[in-house]
Amino acid sequence: MPEIQNLTMNFGPQHPAAHGVLRMVLEMDGEVIQRADPHIGLLHRGTEKLAESKPYNQSIGYMDRLDYVSMMCNEHGYVLAIERLLKLTPPKRAQYIRVMFDEITRILNHLLWIGSHSLDVGAMAMFLYAFREREDLMDCYEAVSGTRMHATYYRPGGVYRDLPEKMPKYQPSQYRKDKDLKRLNEARSGSLLDFIEDFTDRFPKLVDEYETLLTENRIWRQRTVNIGVVSPDRAMQLGFSGPMLRGSGVLWDLRKHQPYETYAELDFDVPLGVNGDCYDRYLVRIEELRQSNHIIRQCIEWLRSNAGPVMIKDHKVAPPERLEMKDDMEGLIHHFKLFTEGYCVPEGEVYAAIEHPKGEFGVYISSDGANKPYRVKIRAAGFAHLSSMNEMVQGHMLADMVAVIGTQDIVFGEIDR
Amino acid sequence: MELSPRYELLASKIEEKIGDKLSRSLSSTGQLTYELPPTELVECCRFLRDADGCKFEMLMDLCGIDYLEYGETEWDTAEATNSGFSRGVQDRASDDGELRREGDAEYSPKGRFAVIYQLLSITCNHRIQLKTFCEDDEYPIVDSVISIWNCANWFEREAFDLFGILFRGHPDLRRILTDYGFIGHPFRKDFPLVGNVEMRYDPEKGRVIYEPVTIEPRTLVPRVIRTDNRYEPQLKGSKDA
Repeated sequence: MPEIQNLTMNFGPQHPAAHGVLRMVLEMDGEVIQRADPHIGLLHRGTEKLAESKPYNQSIGYMDRLDYVSMMCNEHGYVLAIERLLKLTPPKRAQYIRVMFDEITRILNHLLWIGSHSLDVGAMAMFLYAFREREDLMDCYEAVSGTRMHATYYRPGGVYRDLPEKMPKYQPSQYRKDKDLKRLNEARSGSLLDFIEDFTDRFPKLVDEYETLLTENRIWRQRTVNIGVVSPDRAMQLGFSGPMLRGSGVLWDLRKHQPYETYAELDFDVPLGVNGDCYDRYLVRIEELRQSNHIIRQCIEWLRSNAGPVMIKDHKVAPPERLEMKDDMEGLIHHFKLFTEGYCVPEGEVYAAIEHPKGEFGVYISSDGANKPYRVKIRAAGFAHLSSMNEMVQGHMLADMVAVIGTQDIVFGEIDR
Repeated sequence: MELSPRYELLASKIEEKIGDKLSRSLSSTGQLTYELPPTELVECCRFLRDADGCKFEMLMDLCGIDYLEYGETEWDTAEATNSGFSRGVQDRASDDGELRREGDAEYSPKGRFAVIYQLLSITCNHRIQLKTFCEDDEYPIVDSVISIWNCANWFEREAFDLFGILFRGHPDLRRILTDYGFIGHPFRKDFPLVGNVEMRYDPEKGRVIYEPVTIEPRTLVPRVIRTDNRYEPQLKGSKDA
């Protein structure tokens, strides 16, 4: 009788379904996974060590590059930690702008997630639809910060600048002629807020559209129902957070339970899963898309009726206005000190956590009173999720592992840091 | 900064039961923090997870920290001499691994390496931070908490990889973030930012080779500590009054 041995298989790091640079060493018994050992770190850039060698503000840009599909939320965690150490509270309008862009970012993230997750399990079209909407939201990023991805928009003490009154328009080119151009520029004729409002008008219908493609789809259900089931107790033991935890039926959302910024004033629901499988987590995220849309609408309404500063006036932390810098000696000194040396943060340590689209994004900063952090630790949600991979895929087929990677919403920028 | 009443209640509950094992450390941000010796770690953690009113069923984060250069600056700002300010960049090549404590910072670490735990209770909705100092600077080791919180596995591997802190009882303490065959622990303060080796393809040997780094480390913005009156607690108190 021939001896049958388990097969060791290498998955990634160049596999399109590995969402970046995940290398998995799989022990297979036929097509059934016996053990999965994820090897990470192929994208390790030492973000935390780099942050220790730079003044506080210069690391905000690194945060964008952590989870590069939910950029502003990463900034938010970092900026919030600095603000807690400095004991600063940003102006109300800045808080609302942050909440609005956090939710825009959540939609951006979930759209990429649904696109790539469904592409991995065989639904090509979703990816194209999701990216169509992402384009509009990227334009919001661009309008407010000048870049489509790595915005560096949140600063300790507020946000970099107020929302623009004009939305950039498409220019005519050989690919975009009269009719197309008119259609694309129609929503862009007003301010940024008008554009976002137009988006929120359209978006719920688009989510319905996504659902007609997936929710009742027989193939989608076969690939996700009862795959990667995690019980609530195990989810907590494994350090899950965000939609992964809620998919298992644990009611926990930092926006509700430990509200930061203005979330306490906003109305939204927290969706929960029941079975803790990939399908429930899909439903949770879909509902989060609708809830985010609802939050954005409330923010727009508030921002329309309440003008005000978006940055604190303390020039030890926030740079003075350009005009002030040119006219006023003290403004010039503040400007010079801030952009050469930065600001010193009082001694102490803090752990600030926000509800990131992927889960709890926490930033621990230890300061010894210098202008650079002594130690920065970034708690990425994906890190804890990926560490449960072995448990989630054991006994499943190889193809189900791809579904589990998709449902974990893994991005290597934040896992490898 | 004082603790909120809710956390005061939690603190009194914890200190009543295991107060002799841990000590509350100063917090400037209103966050409840305890320091405890590594020998008591596992027992205290189990208590914190299971006891009524604590119920810290989640370990959100675990990280290492190296206090080698805590409170040390790269630039003397207190006094200007006849020769003016120093250029701000010190040669750190002569580091001997000794912990220096003559810095400006108030907090004095009890050792070089510490492990920091961020706990979260979903049932009671509170957070707490634990910190334990490794007893031996040369051979830092603490007990693993995997048996209490399973998610500690990768976090402990990361702390081992980046700081060289060992975790007693960890089933699989391999490197996690650095390259296969990496030498050293990169987040230690005596590990240079630019690293020790660089890599290139050698056409003669027909493979990738490692060489000592050719870039020179430089400091663009020196590290300074300024005592700022606005953050002095007694001054702040008098202004409010």
